[in-house]
Amino acid sequence: MEKENNSDNKTRRTFVERGLKAGLLTIASGALLAKVFGKSENKKSEETIELMSTDGTLLQVPLSAVEHTHEKKSNYNPREGFPNRKFVMVVDLAKCRNARKCQSSCNKNHYITGENAWIKIYKMQDNEKSAPYWQPTLCQHCDEPPCVKVCPVDATFKRRDGIVLIDNNRCIGCRFCMAACPYSVRIFNWAEPWQGETAEHTHYSPDYAGVPSQKGTVDKCDFCPHMIDKGELPHCVSACPNDVFSFGDMYEDTVANGSGQSFKLSKLLKDRAGYRLMENLGTQPSVYYLPPSDRVVDFEEGLKNYTEFKSVDKPEGV
Amino acid sequence: MNTTYDQLVNDLAPKKFGWRGNTWIAVLVIIIIIGFYSYIQQLEHGLVITGMRDYALWGIYISNFVFFVAVSLVGSLITAILRLSYVQWNTPLTRIAEIVAVAAIIMAGLTIIIDMGRPDRMLNLFTHGRLQSPIIWDVIVISTYLVISLLLLYYPLLPDFRILSKYFQKDAQVRKWYGRLSLNWTGNHKQRRIYSNSIRALSIMIIPVAFAIHTVTAWLFETTYRPGWDSTNFGPYFIAGAFVAGTSAVIIVMFVLCKVYHLENYITDNHCDKMGKILVLLCLVYLYFNLNEYMMPTYKSTEEEATHLRSLFTGQYARLFWTAIIGGLVLPVIILVFPQGRKPLPLFIVSLAVVLGAWWKRYIIVIPTLSHPFLPIQGVPESWRHYSPTWMEWSITFATLASALLIITFLVRFLPIIPIHETAQERNIVEPSSTNSL
Repeated sequence: MEKENNSDNKTRRTFVERGLKAGLLTIASGALLAKVFGKSENKKSEETIELMSTDGTLLQVPLSAVEHTHEKKSNYNPREGFPNRKFVMVVDLAKCRNARKCQSSCNKNHYITGENAWIKIYKMQDNEKSAPYWQPTLCQHCDEPPCVKVCPVDATFKRRDGIVLIDNNRCIGCRFCMAACPYSVRIFNWAEPWQGETAEHTHYSPDYAGVPSQKGTVDKCDFCPHMIDKGELPHCVSACPNDVFSFGDMYEDTVANGSGQSFKLSKLLKDRAGYRLMENLGTQPSVYYLPPSDRVVDFEEGLKNYTEFKSVDKPEGV
Repeated sequence: MNTTYDQLVNDLAPKKFGWRGNTWIAVLVIIIIIGFYSYIQQLEHGLVITGMRDYALWGIYISNFVFFVAVSLVGSLITAILRLSYVQWNTPLTRIAEIVAVAAIIMAGLTIIIDMGRPDRMLNLFTHGRLQSPIIWDVIVISTYLVISLLLLYYPLLPDFRILSKYFQKDAQVRKWYGRLSLNWTGNHKQRRIYSNSIRALSIMIIPVAFAIHTVTAWLFETTYRPGWDSTNFGPYFIAGAFVAGTSAVIIVMFVLCKVYHLENYITDNHCDKMGKILVLLCLVYLYFNLNEYMMPTYKSTEEEATHLRSLFTGQYARLFWTAIIGGLVLPVIILVFPQGRKPLPLFIVSLAVVLGAWWKRYIIVIPTLSHPFLPIQGVPESWRHYSPTWMEWSITFATLASALLIITFLVRFLPIIPIHETAQERNIVEPSSTNSL
């Protein structure tokens, strides 16, 4: 683990910059292919630039093609998502000691009130003989989302970048999505959320869930598109003191944790035997888990924060 | 039975309610007003006034909805299936069955709206509907079923409206209304051909639609992964259960109307006997599906299924579960196989037990599954682990049941409960002065 990324100790900002560039390259190479097959005679006289494709080969790309597909911020549509990206998260169970900072940061930044939490840290034990562990669980942003399938009004939807969101202005509150979700990650606003002025007076957009929450509609983890948009990591990722979470783009094959370390996703999953929750259901989650083996933290340590029946810590001032 | 035509019409024409009828209506209206008050509270404060929370995310609104859909299926059984199989004895029951079906399907539609967190956005179902959601299938089939049921109630009434328009000659207002509703029925050859053809067509159409409404309702649950709902048996299991609930509901209404209106000449012991036999058969079919539904998962006892089944067989829901199965299915079968058990009064009592059992059976199907999700329930208030309906939730639910009874009462007040025209034809009673009814 340590060895493979000591040379890679980048800051968060460089990760995101690199991400944008790599994203651009992906589009560019796609566009190039289209160009080549479209009208190959144009190719010769044009000025080209050198770009690297995802598999590491160098390509000569016509400049016009790059400009043509240039990513514009204004094109971003909360229902479509960020073009040519596919967000993934890796949760390293070997590092979780139930500090619950992810939860409190999430609750605070999404103005979650009442007894609700969008991220839960379960005390798990697969069988009597095996060791217990802590499992932070948030929306798995499935590629075959059962919740989206059953929604009668297209209020919950899947974006091209892999994120599953809820349009709280459209939700009719039938709660079918909650029944369909096997991960129990969806919560319902049974009463008026009373979030205070900051959240309630902000203009609503589905890509910043909870701002504001609406009575009679469903809420859940949104993978923080509003943070990605700013070039930052989701709240839970940066709040975790133990670097349990890494977040990134599958097309770039890179994920970064809260301390700014980045990892090659495919290698990480291969080396640590990453898995997804309830793979047998065919939901194809975007969240990967690394098994709680060779643990760097003591399970017992988390017990002091564990409350079976008591609800979550509430954000201050609510 | 040498009933004359006048006597027949006199027996079967709708009558003004006496003090008993008015008290009955008053009681229903009071229940509805209390429920209405609770619903206003729900609109104002949200579904927080119910006992539902994030884990028990559906409650008695949904199980009550399933119950209504189930009861509404009986319209297709008694009217359509028996009509198409050339059964003769069911004539006096067809209208009762259709009235029950119409009342139940209207209330099913309203109940599902009560469960919605944002009823103000109901139109989104039409403006943003997506066909892959079973809820949209439900919207489509329930509205189709409502239309067909209304037509199947209305068409056979045409000649009866004509008869009533003549019968109420003294009261101009009433006469005019029945006359209008009869759509100028004269009973000529052409009209009668259209009449019988369309009733036949509707009887055929309503069967697949009736199967569809309850199959789709079963699919609302079956399309999820949850233990207890994840079953390939659910469609037929729900339909079998629906016929049980609906048939006993019709028996109850039939018995009450027979006593109140003294219709012993028309609804005889023979009808009770036949309905009792049908109910035995339906209960046995439903028991067979129950066996499939519970036995095979018990045999395999996968972790999730076993937790769920334990809560039903020996755990928290055991009392309800066994009462519904034994009191609502097994005992009724045992009582009804004896001819004495199929006499009107015992049949009525057994049917009450079956309907009650059927209501709670739906509770057993909907609620326990939700308290056994795949991931553990942790870090939420203890009360979220269990579901117990609040009094407001109950009052709203009772109001929906009372509304169904009120719709039935209203229809009974203004429609002939037993088809006059068909009864006259069957008994070869001819309208004395008629020239064009033959």
